[in-house]
This record gives sequence, C-alpha cells and structure tokens, in this order.
Amino acid sequence: MADATLTIERPSSRPRIPEWVEATLVRVAAVVAALLLCGVLLVLQGHNPWIAYTDMALGAFGSRFAIEQTLLKAIPLMLTTLGVTITFAAGLWNIGAEGQLTIGALAASWLALNHGTWPAPVLLPAMMLLGLAGGALWALLPAVPRAYVGLNEVISTLLLNYVALLVVDYLVFGPWADPTAFNFPYSPAFSDAARLPMLFGDVHLGLILALAATVIVAAVLRHTVWGYELRTSGASAGAARYAGMPVTRNILGAMAAGGALSGLAGMAEVSGMIFRVQQGISPGYGYSAIIIAWLAKLNPWAAVPVAVLFAGLLNGGYALQTSKVPAAITYMIQAAILFLVVAGEALLARARRAREAAAQKAALGGAG
Amino acid sequence: MSEDQLVRLLAATIAMGTPLVFAAFGEILAESSGVLNLGVEGMMLVGAVSAFIVVVTTGNPWLGAGAGMLAAGALAAGHALLCVTLRADQVTAGLALALFGGGLASFLGKTYVGVPNPKPFVAIALPGLSALPVVGRSVFTQDALVYVSYVLIPLGWWWLYRTRPGLHLRACGESPGTADAMGVVVVAIRYASVIAGGMFAGLGGAYLSLAYVPAWTENMTAGLGWIALALVIFAGWNPLPLVFGAYLFGGVEAIGFRAQLLGIPVNTIVLRMMPYLVTLGVMLLAALWRRRLAMPSALGLPYAREE
Repeated sequence: MADATLTIERPSSRPRIPEWVEATLVRVAAVVAALLLCGVLLVLQGHNPWIAYTDMALGAFGSRFAIEQTLLKAIPLMLTTLGVTITFAAGLWNIGAEGQLTIGALAASWLALNHGTWPAPVLLPAMMLLGLAGGALWALLPAVPRAYVGLNEVISTLLLNYVALLVVDYLVFGPWADPTAFNFPYSPAFSDAARLPMLFGDVHLGLILALAATVIVAAVLRHTVWGYELRTSGASAGAARYAGMPVTRNILGAMAAGGALSGLAGMAEVSGMIFRVQQGISPGYGYSAIIIAWLAKLNPWAAVPVAVLFAGLLNGGYALQTSKVPAAITYMIQAAILFLVVAGEALLARARRAREAAAQKAALGGAG
Repeated sequence: MSEDQLVRLLAATIAMGTPLVFAAFGEILAESSGVLNLGVEGMMLVGAVSAFIVVVTTGNPWLGAGAGMLAAGALAAGHALLCVTLRADQVTAGLALALFGGGLASFLGKTYVGVPNPKPFVAIALPGLSALPVVGRSVFTQDALVYVSYVLIPLGWWWLYRTRPGLHLRACGESPGTADAMGVVVVAIRYASVIAGGMFAGLGGAYLSLAYVPAWTENMTAGLGWIALALVIFAGWNPLPLVFGAYLFGGVEAIGFRAQLLGIPVNTIVLRMMPYLVTLGVMLLAALWRRRLAMPSALGLPYAREE
C-alpha cells in the first residue's frame, strides 16, 4: 500500500485535458487511422492510395460544382442524422433511418404524382407534411412493440429498411410506373410545382430546412423538459421511470420525431434532386447518419460539419469510379472511422477508470 | 401439388435455410458466452466474397469455405478485441462491424461480379437414404455443406448443453463472476466464442457464393445476417429450435420463388417482402412469449474482475 502511494503522488494536481478536447482528438485520430487502414487495402489491391485520396478530395471539394454537389448530398445526411440523434439520445437504437427516409419520400411523392397541378405554395408544404408523417409512421411500426413488449428495435428497424425498398420496387414496377418509360422502373416526373426552389446551382431549399431543423432539434434536446426526459431515459430508463417520467410515451415520441426528420429528408430528395420515384432514392444516407451521429457525439451542431465531410466522402467515392477504384471504398472508410472511434472511446474510458482507481488508492493510502 | 413440386420445394427450403443455420448457430455461441455481435451481416458478406475469390483462384470449394471462415473469424476477432478487452459498447461495435464488412466485401469483390464459379458444391445423393420417397430426393440429395449443417446442429447442441466446455461457455454468459471464481478464464472463452461465431457466419456467407447462388453478387446476403440475429432470440439461444426457425424462413423464401409455378396469384415483390415480414412477426411472437427470459443474463455486459 505504501508503495502505491509513493508511485502515484498527487494524482489530481496534473492539469486535466477537458473531455471535449479528448473526444475531438480521438475522432481526428480515428479519421486519420481509417484513411491509413483503407490506404493499406488500396495498396494491396494494386491502387495508389495517394492518387485515390487526391482524386476523392478533388471530387468532393475541388471545384464550385463539386462543392455544390457535396452540399446537395449533405442535406439528407444532416436531416437523417438529426433523426437518429433524437432516438439515440433517448437510448433507442433506431437503425431504420434508411427506410423512414424512403417511406417519407414515397408519401410526399404520392401527393406530387396525384395532385401535381396544385400551386407550389400549397403543394410543397403539404408534401413536407406528408414526408414527415410517412417517416414518423414507419418509425412507429417498430416503436410500438418496442415500447409495449420490449421488441428489439435494432433488428426490427433494420428489417423494415429492406421492406421499404421493396415497397419502392412494387410501386415503380406496378401502380406508379411511368407508362411512357418503356418499362424502366420509375414514376413519371414531378410537375414544376412539386419541385423545391433552388438556392444556388443545384442546391435546393432543403439546405435551409436542414439547418432550421438543426436549430430546432438542438434547442429541444437541450432546453425543453421533453428533451431532458429523453436524455434521462437514454442514460437510464430505470431512473427515468423512477422519476415518474412517461417512458413508454417518450419512446413513441422520440421514434416518431426521429422518423419524421428522416421522412423529411426523403421528401427533400425526391422534390429537390430526383424529381420522380425510382429505385435507390438513397445511397445509404440512413446508415451514414448513424456514423455521423456517433462522430458528432449526438451534438446536432457538430453534426453539420461532419455531414458535409461525409457528403464529400460520398462524392469523392463517385469521382473514383472512373479510375477503377471501387466506390465501396467510401463506405469502408466511413465504417472504419466508426470502428476506430468506438475503439478510441473505449481506450479513453479505460484510461479514465485507471486514473480513478489510482486516485482512490492514493486517497485510501493517504487516509491510512 | 405434384410429388416433383413438393420435392423441389423441400430441397429449396433446406438450401435457403442452411446459411441461416450456420450464421445463427455462430451467433448463439457468441451470445451464450455473453458477447452480442450485431455484425453478422458484414461477416457473412466477407465470408461469401473471400470464399468466392479463393474458389476462383484455386478451383477448390473446400479451400473456399475455409477462407470464408478465416476471413469472417478475423473480423470477429476485431469485435472481440473491442468488446472483451477494451469493453466497448457492443451494439455500436457490432453495427460498425456490419457496415465495415459490407463495404469491405463490395471493395474486394468488385472485379469478381459476373465471374462464374469454376467449381461450386453440387448435390450428392446419399447412398441408401436418397432412395426414400420425397425426402430422399430433397433432404438427402443436397450438397456437402448442407450435410455438414445436419451434423453441426445436434453436435453443437450436445456440446453446448451436455459437455463441460459447453457449460463453461454458457457460464460466461450467465454469470461471468461465478465462472471466474470456478477457474474459467472468461476472457479466453469469450474470445474463442466470438471468433468461432464469426467463422460460422463466414461459412453461412460462403454457402451462398459456393453452393446456393453460386457466384458473388454485391450485398448478396440481403439481410440474412439480421434475420439470423432475430432467429437467435426466437430460438431462445438453443440450437435445436433454431433449425425450425431457419427452415420456416427457408420455406417462405422457397415458396416466394416458386409461387407462380405453384399457381399462387400474388405479386412477386410482395412475396419478396414475406421473409422480412415473417421474421418480424416471429420476433413479435417471441417478445410476447417473453422469450427474452432465456437470454443469457450477462449478454452485452463487459466483464472485468476488479469491479
């Protein structure tokens, strides 16, 4: 015991690094390590990683056009990230943003395809409402059994993503198929009234929607009673229930709100960029959103730059396809970042536990 | 339904259920030792692509199956490092693995899309048994990997529930503190279970690219890894009921592919939704029956002796 106190003298007097600095450093290190790891895989496959990464950076941010395309893809990433952030903060593993986005897009498209003659000031807000509602309802499907019988939401939300994609298939091959498209699987194009106005270049009004949603979600999570209840449930459902919070109702509310935001992302995609229903409305935005939310540590503001970075990664991947490097490198880098952040956070937690144990030992030694 | 149709339906049911049998059995091993691994989908895809690359290179399907198991086992070792040694959150680590595996498989398999399998596993009629009516030409006329799965399940159940190492494995998932006190090395058993679990997920993936399809296509598992996770809950972490779940799923899928031949007037896309919807329904039933009570008590909880 005496030895221990000698070796660990004054453990608390060392200047502590603030937690947010630690968290940021871990994330930067994870991004660098992920690029290195995937670089090694590129070398093993006979590619030059330096050229590949330079091409990716240029494809993401190298020109005015590239930056516009990156901002365009950041819109659904920001909205779906907000969607999963709300549910993750409440301790719910909602992996279904991809499906919620898809169904939101379909709900908005239904109006666009059937009432495309309505004036835009009526049609667009109505499409937004339907997008929100579609995403919310799709999220409630797994949320209700989760709230009442404890059905595992990781698997149920994920399986529903596959179902949502098949709903798109059903519609574009069947009832919504464009009769003039020679059996190509897409719907007729939207009318001009059903298309979101452009801000600049190809970047549409969805960018404003996404930023406004960021302000609202940040405020709700931090400054409202409901946000406080959600965060408490996320930290400990037992504690929240003991404190008299309506845990069951909050599960439904958090999932519905999260689904609604992803549904709005879907509406923005069809109304701002694709202008019709087709297969592959989302190239995996809902999965990237999970990684972005983790990287941003569930902070809606931090999610904005991370979403732009990931949108750049996505565009960079597309730019690579011409140089024979598979675009799947994008998803590998994204997932490797998440893997390494999880590892880094676990290492931090381990160091913290060791420090606390040392401090405790020192305190005991001092008393004895 | 004619006898011929019945035979084909049964054969397809078993073939479609086999990757699930392998993957879900692997997950039972990992979860019974107390480690949740949500990365099954990613491990299956990496297993499928590695197996395919090796069979194309060497022309030997057994080497392919081995490569699929090794590659997926290596990914699982990464999961074990994160969850057992570093005590990271198992849900997040598993999701990362699922996404990473999917990306890695697409990356590795890019140049193998559309390449034919030079030597797939083919059906072998078991001498004697294959002469039986109906089951002879379906259950006992399958490829070698299916026969492996027939042996694996009873053997796996016996090992897990009737032998000392099996007891130790389950003790690590029920009460790691007690297991530790008994002299079981919890960390070693958890590593071994997670890695073995990953290898079986890899074998499940390899089955797709070596026998069922048999080729490599991007995202060819189409959610099978997640369905395997649901089946583990449905089966109450027991390999025997697992078989029923896997073949139920296989049957739904097999009927889906043959509905038009059988004269069932349902939209094919709706039929393709059925496996997912049936799985969700089965999960819901399991939740209503409180199947979670069978869950290993320490599932998802990292173990540290000093705490």
